[in-house]
Amino acid sequence: MNLLAAIGRATLALLATVGGVVLFALRAVASGLTGRLYWRQIGRQMLEMGYFSLPVVGLTAIFTGMVLALQSYTGFSRFEAQNAIPTIVVLSMTRELGPVLAGLMVAGRVGASIAAELGTMRVTEQIDALTTLATDPLRYLVFPRLLAGTLMLPTLVLVADVIGVMGGFLVSVYKLGFGPIEYINRSFEFLETQDVVSGLVKAAVFGFLLTLMGCYHGYRSRGGAQGVGAATTRAVVSASILILIANYFVTELFFAR
Amino acid sequence: MPDLPTEPGLAASPLAEATPRPKIAIRGLVKSFGPKRVLRGLDLDLPEGRSLVVIGGSGTGKSVLIKCVLGIVTPDAGSIRVDGEELVGASRSTLDEARKKFGMLFQGAALFDSLPVWENVAFGLLARRLVDRKTARERAIATLAKVGLGPEAADLYPAELSGGMQKRVGLARAIAAEPEILFFDEPTTGLDPIMADVINELIRGLVSELGATALSITHDMASVRKIAHRVAMLYEGKIIWEGPVERLDDSGNPYVDQFVHGRAQGPIKVGVERNG
Repeated sequence: MNLLAAIGRATLALLATVGGVVLFALRAVASGLTGRLYWRQIGRQMLEMGYFSLPVVGLTAIFTGMVLALQSYTGFSRFEAQNAIPTIVVLSMTRELGPVLAGLMVAGRVGASIAAELGTMRVTEQIDALTTLATDPLRYLVFPRLLAGTLMLPTLVLVADVIGVMGGFLVSVYKLGFGPIEYINRSFEFLETQDVVSGLVKAAVFGFLLTLMGCYHGYRSRGGAQGVGAATTRAVVSASILILIANYFVTELFFAR
Repeated sequence: MPDLPTEPGLAASPLAEATPRPKIAIRGLVKSFGPKRVLRGLDLDLPEGRSLVVIGGSGTGKSVLIKCVLGIVTPDAGSIRVDGEELVGASRSTLDEARKKFGMLFQGAALFDSLPVWENVAFGLLARRLVDRKTARERAIATLAKVGLGPEAADLYPAELSGGMQKRVGLARAIAAEPEILFFDEPTTGLDPIMADVINELIRGLVSELGATALSITHDMASVRKIAHRVAMLYEGKIIWEGPVERLDDSGNPYVDQFVHGRAQGPIKVGVERNG
């Protein structure tokens, strides 16, 4: 009986949280679409999430591309299939590794930062102050972050795709003995528009989810420094899990036969 | 208080006293947080052009009261009317219209960390698009001068200011749009006595200059005596006494007496009572 009660309580809590997140997202999007847009805030967030995330995303991408080429070579050489390496690198980067790794890295960097910033604003009454100044905090704080995340992550992923392919190119040409022209030709031989587009759509979904988690947990933060710390942790963990779950469903949407 | 209008006289029943029409009228206000009943049918009138200070111990619901009026906390029941307009259950647009009449100084100033001082001060003006950025900056610098801060403070960030300066900037932000109603939440908390007196003087002068109605909450009795026309005591979620500040020392109410004189002995049992 106690076990059933515990399961029931956990289920209700989960449903309440899901409902709370969905309502929060709907309200934030509605507030942004139906009222004044704070362009200065949007620009600032785009700069913060896009430009300032470039180093971490770029580094992740180049080493991922390099490792991918190296691992593929050691595995594929057993079957005399080394020629597939450029295709493997470019498809893996554009379809999967670019968006997922960029999403996870940005979730750690930006999601945590958003949760900490909004959480601090909550516990120091800055969000209340916005309300008293007749400014909707969802429109001023949350919507610009959601929009910036949704727009900037695809941009970052596009850059990551290019850098990742370049990483594979460098290892393949300077270590594994591929010809540069041959590598580039093979990279684009089987690449289709859908491969790139699916990665960018994934990135947009991940960008929305990671900023939503940062905003939701930060906005609802309670209880001083400890509460802000807990909100930051929850934001990063929940964003990472949601990215991995959403990755499956978007992949299925594009590629399931 | 030479620069503030004084009360016309003392009435037998404070609530029935002839005063200007209420700018804010609160009736039967109830607010609970889970099992904790914070406000239990609170009635309060805030006469136009007067400064009313609500006193009461820590955790008695003073901040909740002010946040209910500001629309930050939604009451469970009751009525809050501002200039006759009902705010409880009102639409967002009605609330926003009412908030345009408000200016609020938060306990910790609540300045926006990411914005320089002048943008903090001019935030309300810019958010409501009352002026362009150049004019807003000029207005902010002029408002900062009213609270004793020079133009050199305009480009600093809140983290670069002392506690007293932050309160002054918070005060400047509260008055920048020349509101009809000012709210002060523990305006002198965390300040040394001299800076506290400076803030009290500023509040008194600015309320008088603007002709605003003011609602403050504090447990700093020096502040009460300096900024209040009228005082109300909140205890167990209700106003248990209200009267002119001159009556504070002979209120005839044992709860008020105990609080005003800061005595551990009396009807208020600190640490035993589980009131809101």
